[in-house]
Amino acid sequence: MGMNHDMIGHVYPPSMPYLVTSENISAFVKALGDTNPAYADGTVAPPTFPIVVTMNAMDTAFHDPALQLDYSRLVHSDQKFEYLRPIRVGDELTVAASVEEIKPLGTNEIATFKTDVFSGDELVVTGWSKIVVRGPEA
Amino acid sequence: MTIKLSDVSIGMELPALDLAFTRADLVAYANASGDQNPIHQDEAFAKSVGLPDVIAHGMLTMALAGKYLSEVSGSQNVLEFSAKFIKPVVVPAGVDVSLIVSGKVTDVTDGVAKIDLLAMCNEVKVLGMAKGAIKI
Repeated sequence: MGMNHDMIGHVYPPSMPYLVTSENISAFVKALGDTNPAYADGTVAPPTFPIVVTMNAMDTAFHDPALQLDYSRLVHSDQKFEYLRPIRVGDELTVAASVEEIKPLGTNEIATFKTDVFSGDELVVTGWSKIVVRGPEA
Repeated sequence: MTIKLSDVSIGMELPALDLAFTRADLVAYANASGDQNPIHQDEAFAKSVGLPDVIAHGMLTMALAGKYLSEVSGSQNVLEFSAKFIKPVVVPAGVDVSLIVSGKVTDVTDGVAKIDLLAMCNEVKVLGMAKGAIKI
């Protein structure tokens, strides 16, 4: 059991393009009650908005049989973003997800997925998501 | 409430804000983010997998810390943002769950302020290593 360490360094094909609309941004900031005018008028997305596309791209990886990841025991433990610029209305986002690290931690396993978010050919945000796959109960 | 970014200095404590939320906000966040994991909405399901009750999405807690960054700074120009999800935030039915977020400026260099964030729920720290870097 456990994840397939041969997948470290594997890069998944780019995700399907996701068009950022003011409706998408508005729904996200309304859920947070965020009143920053730049977000409220739907032109600029708030900093954690990229998770909408990165989580979706990682979902494809999580369910890749070659990775041998037990999705039912997965917990999202860390998230980091580095921004080259804010995401804006009209961006057509694609995500290149890759497996950066897989390592044991006690009976659990930790994996880090890197997600490069592009608008067209321009890299706009890089995300790193660390997940824990809980091992069998003792 | 907004601080003047021109006035920030290392060591400056930023005001605490209570960013309270409810079950309804979890549903709105699930719909807006696409994360429909039932542990964030369905009490019976959450309890069936050993959780005390419905818990908030870690990313919702982080998003609220991001809202704090934007509210105290007025900036939408975030350069880096990271957090660890160290404790679940339990959201009982009919309760406004209080999430108290505060911050401290740890560095100001070349027009970038680094801020350590503290997010507390029921006097328990729920985000670890929560840090933001904002262009000022």
